[in-house]
Amino acid sequence: MKITLAEGAGGVSTARLISEVFAKHFQNPILAGMEDAAVLPTESFSQIALTTDSFVVTPLFFKGGDIGRLAVAGTVNDLLMRGATPRYLTAAFIIETGTDTDTLEKIARSMAETAKEAGVLIVAGDTKVVEGDGQVFINTTGVGFVPAGVEISASRAEVGDVVLLSGTLGDHHAALLSARMGIENAVESDAAPLTAMVQELLSAGIRLHAMRDVTRGGLGTVLTEIAEASGVQIELEEESLPLTPAVKSFCGLLGLSPLYMGNEGKLIALLPAEEAERAIEIVRSSPYGKNAAIIGTVAAGDGVILRTPLGGRRKIGPLVGEGLPRIC
Amino acid sequence: MRTADLVQAIAAYDGKPLTIMEVCGTHTAAISECGIPSLLPSTIRLISGPGCPVCVTVSAYIDRLIQLATSPNTCVVSFGDVLRVKGSSGDLRSTKGARVEMVYTPFRALELAESDPYTTFVFAAVGFETTAPLYALLVEQIIARGIDNLKLLTALKTMPAVIRTLCQEDNTGGNACTADFFSTIDGFIAPGHVATVTGSALFGELAQEVGKPFAVAGFTAPSLLAAILALAGSAGRAEVYNFYPSAVTAEGNLEALAKVDRYFEPCNAAWRGLGTIPHSGLRLREAFAHLDAGSDALTADHIPAGCHCGQVIAGKCAPANCPMFGKACTPESPIGACMVSMEGACYHHYINDRR
Amino acid sequence: MCVAMPGRVLSVMDGIARVDFDGNLIEARADLVQVKEGDRVLVHAGLIIQKLSATEAEEMDAIFAELRSAADLREIMGESDENR
Repeated sequence: MKITLAEGAGGVSTARLISEVFAKHFQNPILAGMEDAAVLPTESFSQIALTTDSFVVTPLFFKGGDIGRLAVAGTVNDLLMRGATPRYLTAAFIIETGTDTDTLEKIARSMAETAKEAGVLIVAGDTKVVEGDGQVFINTTGVGFVPAGVEISASRAEVGDVVLLSGTLGDHHAALLSARMGIENAVESDAAPLTAMVQELLSAGIRLHAMRDVTRGGLGTVLTEIAEASGVQIELEEESLPLTPAVKSFCGLLGLSPLYMGNEGKLIALLPAEEAERAIEIVRSSPYGKNAAIIGTVAAGDGVILRTPLGGRRKIGPLVGEGLPRIC
Repeated sequence: MRTADLVQAIAAYDGKPLTIMEVCGTHTAAISECGIPSLLPSTIRLISGPGCPVCVTVSAYIDRLIQLATSPNTCVVSFGDVLRVKGSSGDLRSTKGARVEMVYTPFRALELAESDPYTTFVFAAVGFETTAPLYALLVEQIIARGIDNLKLLTALKTMPAVIRTLCQEDNTGGNACTADFFSTIDGFIAPGHVATVTGSALFGELAQEVGKPFAVAGFTAPSLLAAILALAGSAGRAEVYNFYPSAVTAEGNLEALAKVDRYFEPCNAAWRGLGTIPHSGLRLREAFAHLDAGSDALTADHIPAGCHCGQVIAGKCAPANCPMFGKACTPESPIGACMVSMEGACYHHYINDRR
Repeated sequence: MCVAMPGRVLSVMDGIARVDFDGNLIEARADLVQVKEGDRVLVHAGLIIQKLSATEAEEMDAIFAELRSAADLREIMGESDENR
């Protein structure tokens, strides 16, 4: 059935859409109340983490994922990057007329599966319909709780820390761009919630100083932000960057740099050097972390420097320009 | 002897100061990527040349593309970088209502034209000798398939004439931008993929004419380092070296050259910031002029006030010495073509902090 | 912009080659270079512009041989006649 403006009017059609498409998949007692707001129990944590993100990716379905999986994983990961235990998500949809309800069901199902994997409940939402041509936009806001004593921030990197990257660069970006440019390959988006990975690191007592997920803008942008916020210099070893041959060649074909290609299921963590070995082992044996590597170190100074296989050094800055539009 | 030995040898250079020009924009990018500038002694300076097709495209060409892209039932098909170069008022990508298709290969335009017979498609045919064979084949296919809604707007350029021009203007005077002891170009890293098509003998002839050495290089670190070393040891001698032997032969790709010659002929060409250089371009032959979308007489060149790109690509001004570099002109808000293009000298110097 | 990459020909049919770049498949026209399955080729924007005549290892050797042939370089490389 195609969505029309009636589904956005707030009346019977809207209620039916919500119950038959969204609530059907997001089932949980809080949502079932269908109240104006979800009232949630506070837990024994002293700090709340809150984040929001909107998803406008096109196409809606791509190799390795879809907008629904991104919408859940992206927000969950942002909470995890502050050391929070993710708990609840909201999901607001802006749907263009012409969208098929089958499409919405697929998206909702994907969101429910990803939410289950991530350990979160979707407890509130909204749907609006606008004139258009079948595009769907999703906003998710996430709430989590931060255990006492956990202080993870872009400004806390220290001289002597190592930089850990949880897996191969650029997969998400390359998967989307391949589809758009008609280049055949087996590259898949790496969209995934990193709940298990981060919670294993935290429960093992690894002292994480800074953590970020490597999304649009890529590694170069994320590390530049951390270096600036912490007032340090980050030195990267190009040869230690995990990169699949397919993504590497793909970048070569289009004249792109893997340093600025986005992911949707990879993190970098800055932590004390003496914990590096333990941390790497934990990440490598957690879901989505098998290609994790230590890619650099933190020194005094500023900016991000890349040491090339030749032994040369060059400065790495943030992504400049628009990169690729609408990849997340 | 391995790559590490080359790195050591370059670091140990203790001869006179040298200026080496990397003609090709793709070489500028490769040199930056490998980290070569950080390994050179201060006595060897690398400067970028005019081999970046986007950097040398005059504003009149961009204006014509914009005019075409905003005309009814017309669509411009192009490689990516062309979309961001400014014409006299704006660039193609940010022009409202401009119909543009970005492609990886010009041959995609054939499918686009065949699937939409009511639209006139115009391919923005920029490039050097490496890309000319593609355009020749494109023309051949247009004719073979009887496609009547695909044309080319050409801004094709060739290497020898512009290199000769740079050597002629080579002066020991320097100018407001050049405040150091480098004054003349001592040698050229010759473009590897241009040479794949044209052959290295062409650069041997050029070497004889201008009395300077040319080293054809590929795009890997050993090839580029070897080229720099060879040039360092050959100052003042008219030699040509081939450090890309798996792809480059003396005579080049004769099929490709014949194909280009069938559909194109040499012409004068306008280079952004350098003016018109005789015999430095290619245009469609008379017999195929009906496939041209108005490439002739696109010579007007509106250079934004204060922009030194023309001097940068001629090797007379280091990017960092342009008064706007890093201030009014950055990759985020580029003024000059050298900052727009991802192979531009200014772009690379900015993002890699090259000095 | 003269970006060209080496890849391996998987098949050729009617003048179009399917070329593999570490798992990326591109269709490239083969009008200007005679190629067959298994050949290593240089592809520029959808056109094969050359067949690569050497492996990377062979190319390295050739590069060094070319460098040695330039007379003044023996000094720059710090080589004496014994080392050569």
